[in-house]
Amino acid sequence: MKPAAFAYLAPTTLAEALEMIDRIGDDGKILAGGQSLVPAMNFRLARPGTLVDINGVAGLSGISGDSARGISIGALTRHAAFHTPPFSGPLADLLAKVVRNIAHYPIRQRGTFGGSLSHADPASEWCLVTATLGATLHIASLTGTREVAAADFFRGTFTTALQPSEILVRIDLPPLGAGWGTGFYEFSRRKGDFALAMALTALRIEGGTIREARLGVGGVADRALRLAKTEAFLVGQPAHAETFAAAAAMAQDSIDVSEDIHAGADYRRDLLGTVIRRALAEAAA
Amino acid sequence: MSDKIKITLTVNGTAMTAEVEPRRSLADMLRDDLRLTGTHLGCEHGVCGACTVLVDGKPVRSCLMFGVQANGASVRTVEGLADGDRLHPLQQAFWENHGLQCGFCTPGFLMLAAGALEENPDMTDEEIRDVLSSNLCRCTGYQNIVKAVRLAAEVMKAGPAPQATRS
Repeated sequence: MKPAAFAYLAPTTLAEALEMIDRIGDDGKILAGGQSLVPAMNFRLARPGTLVDINGVAGLSGISGDSARGISIGALTRHAAFHTPPFSGPLADLLAKVVRNIAHYPIRQRGTFGGSLSHADPASEWCLVTATLGATLHIASLTGTREVAAADFFRGTFTTALQPSEILVRIDLPPLGAGWGTGFYEFSRRKGDFALAMALTALRIEGGTIREARLGVGGVADRALRLAKTEAFLVGQPAHAETFAAAAAMAQDSIDVSEDIHAGADYRRDLLGTVIRRALAEAAA
Repeated sequence: MSDKIKITLTVNGTAMTAEVEPRRSLADMLRDDLRLTGTHLGCEHGVCGACTVLVDGKPVRSCLMFGVQANGASVRTVEGLADGDRLHPLQQAFWENHGLQCGFCTPGFLMLAAGALEENPDMTDEEIRDVLSSNLCRCTGYQNIVKAVRLAAEVMKAGPAPQATRS
């Protein structure tokens, strides 16, 4: 359970880090929080020749903005920063709810928002947040910075649009201002485990009718899925249990649910319906 | 490739230096290079929490950090909890409430609880259980650990006991 030997680099500026990963190429790995990479290295499932530790790179952490204007999240921002977000409103409430489901308290002190997206675990809560809310990811390389929509960033299990010479530096989440209600529900067998299914939603309800809807699910396919068709169905419907059940059934029919050692497809499809109904009910409460 | 790197850090308030291979975990560095064997290693992949230490005040898995990453950091381990012969309130509460049996997981639980209570001295029972859910104990069944942390929180909030006066 000891990692294979590697060379260690600790840049202090983004320019330095970009130069290093460009030079090293495929043999290098960026070390951020290390809460997924280091276990993989301890098991020797990952054996990078060089680690570029970006923990000392200035300017990569922090949260700015607010619920009404949207927020910017530095890629190196630790999960724990969302235990008590530095802003208020529906977006803050949602992120504070979600973060409590990410692994455990000590893991959240170290793991990072950008690291979670770059790792792209299908059951990652932050991947679900960015996919569902339509985040914009800012990716830096020696040739400049490009913007990628979350919808185009996640390509499959542990696979993203990131190239070896690129670093995810910032994530912008769009506004969820006054009038929005949010819901999140995750099922795992034990506290802190990876979700077998989870749903995240935001609803804007006026006079009992849904006016705008965001809905996404995670842990049930090779990546987090935003359910655009179900969102469209929800708009104009009354915000009550019957609508939520119909939305859940629609999602269950449209997703080719994954199957693994932890849960069969039928069980997971059943869970999928439950987590969607519960998340929607919470957003409407 | 496996050249050693020299680092300096503070451990339990004392400045220390170490020369370690980059692949040396913080846990192994503490145990094997700095001879602080109170930090235990269970699973070595971040699941059991036995190796939990405080890095710059935050409880982290020392098996998921490399020693070189602690360069310039302030690390606290179980060896730093007691004040001479006087146990830390958490240690005293674990002792009095049978919060341990074999004791292997105890250093991790103590450092986890110490860090969490420093961040929030007023944790609810639910919050205490949520924090403690990150570490594994195979003996006690957890109930007495929860009880010990709850009681220690009260003692820590009340401040040092009167008999603790030192010259």
